[in-house]
Amino acid sequence: MMAKVPDFLLHHDGDSVAVANDDLQPGTLQGLSVKEQTAHTAVLNEPIPLGHKFALRDHAEGEAIVKYGIKVGIASKAIKKGDYVHTHNMRSYRWEASRA
Amino acid sequence: MGSKPRLTGYRRPDGSMGIRNHVIILPVDDLSNAAAEAVAKVVPGTLALPHSYGRLQFGEDLELTFRTLIGTGLNGNVAAVVVIGIEPNWTQRVANGIAKSGKPVASFSIEGKGDLQTIADAARVAQVFLQDASEIIRESASEGDLILSIKCGESDTTSGLGSCPTTSEAVDRWVAAGGTVFFGETSELTGGEHLIADRCIDDACRNLFQTTYENYIKVIESTGANLLGSQPTQGNIAGGLTTIEEKALGNIAKTGSVPVVGVLAPAQAPPRNKPGLYFMDTSSAAAECVTLMAAAGAVIHLFPTGQGNVIGNPIEPVLKLTANKKTAASMPEHIDLDVSGLLRQEYNLTKAGDMMMDVIERTVNGRLCAAEALGHREFTFTKLYISA
Repeated sequence: MMAKVPDFLLHHDGDSVAVANDDLQPGTLQGLSVKEQTAHTAVLNEPIPLGHKFALRDHAEGEAIVKYGIKVGIASKAIKKGDYVHTHNMRSYRWEASRA
Repeated sequence: MGSKPRLTGYRRPDGSMGIRNHVIILPVDDLSNAAAEAVAKVVPGTLALPHSYGRLQFGEDLELTFRTLIGTGLNGNVAAVVVIGIEPNWTQRVANGIAKSGKPVASFSIEGKGDLQTIADAARVAQVFLQDASEIIRESASEGDLILSIKCGESDTTSGLGSCPTTSEAVDRWVAAGGTVFFGETSELTGGEHLIADRCIDDACRNLFQTTYENYIKVIESTGANLLGSQPTQGNIAGGLTTIEEKALGNIAKTGSVPVVGVLAPAQAPPRNKPGLYFMDTSSAAAECVTLMAAAGAVIHLFPTGQGNVIGNPIEPVLKLTANKKTAASMPEHIDLDVSGLLRQEYNLTKAGDMMMDVIERTVNGRLCAAEALGHREFTFTKLYISA
């Protein structure tokens, strides 16, 4: 348990994206992995709302995006560490036609 | 945990149990909605279940409609049924299917008589059913008597982090206590279907699961449609979910850790002597899915939501929980349990599970859930294809 409410949560250590635990502004943030309860630090590049995702590492176009320790999509364009990740730069790999 | 929660319910003649004691006025078809609703007005306290189908359906699609109608009447939350249809044959078929349970059933058809005479005849019987049902008293029940169903909606990333894992705790506890639980949402397993396949109890179950899943996905993919905005929904996207795979893993996070003991067709009741977690082949649309699960015998539903789905069902109480603090604050009248504290690390999952079990127990014992209090009675049929 942390004394402070974490700024972001990730499901597993090793996930390539994390979830905003509140409306977040750019800057250095403190986070927690839910499974391992490990403390994490990250620098967010742009504001994102509660529940939305940002990248914990760089992703090349076509690279897997990992959440829950599992591939949940691919980068539809290059994503930098700290960038907001959503339909503008990530898509399904199972339903090929599903893209913004 | 303290002592086992004391649960109560209404015992039906076939041995099944429910947590509500509804006398329903069940139209066989859309044409009979007006008469059914009129009966429920004349005899307040009975409940009409209007819907949109029941005419010129055929084959498997018709069988599913019959299964849904009959199963709704058989549900343990229903004490007695008045069936009203336009013509006598299909009306009788539905009434006979329900009457096998020993439950009071009467049927009326409109052709040759008109709405007004039908309403008068049906209302006289409905009144007797209602008065008789009011004398049925609650008995002690156990988890093994009460089928739980689960399905989430307007999910967001908080669902996978909080409300679904909380539901998962309840699923494991319910099954450990000898209960049965349904989950479904076939398309919404995409990207995590291997996780469910791995949990199937044997090869027969696994093969049936895989065939069921693949058949559903084939239908979706054969359209070639861009599903972004449909699955995931616009609400999911607004809540931060980007792909079907991401949504699926949050969905699966609510299914507990127990094995999957069987695969059910839509609205198919499980075998009585085989409790456990069942997968049911359903749409991921909330009202369709809950209607099918209630028709298979589920008497209480857990509904994790992120962005705030408001669904209810006429006969099965739908309990809503959320881990999204904005939703809990902006839509409090729809939320039965707020577990946003889990994301703030104010308590752990075991504690959230305890909170969930407390709300379940109170609802089982008669407390109205938010959807019941607000009159959410979505009775929505799954249609497999066009009518003739």
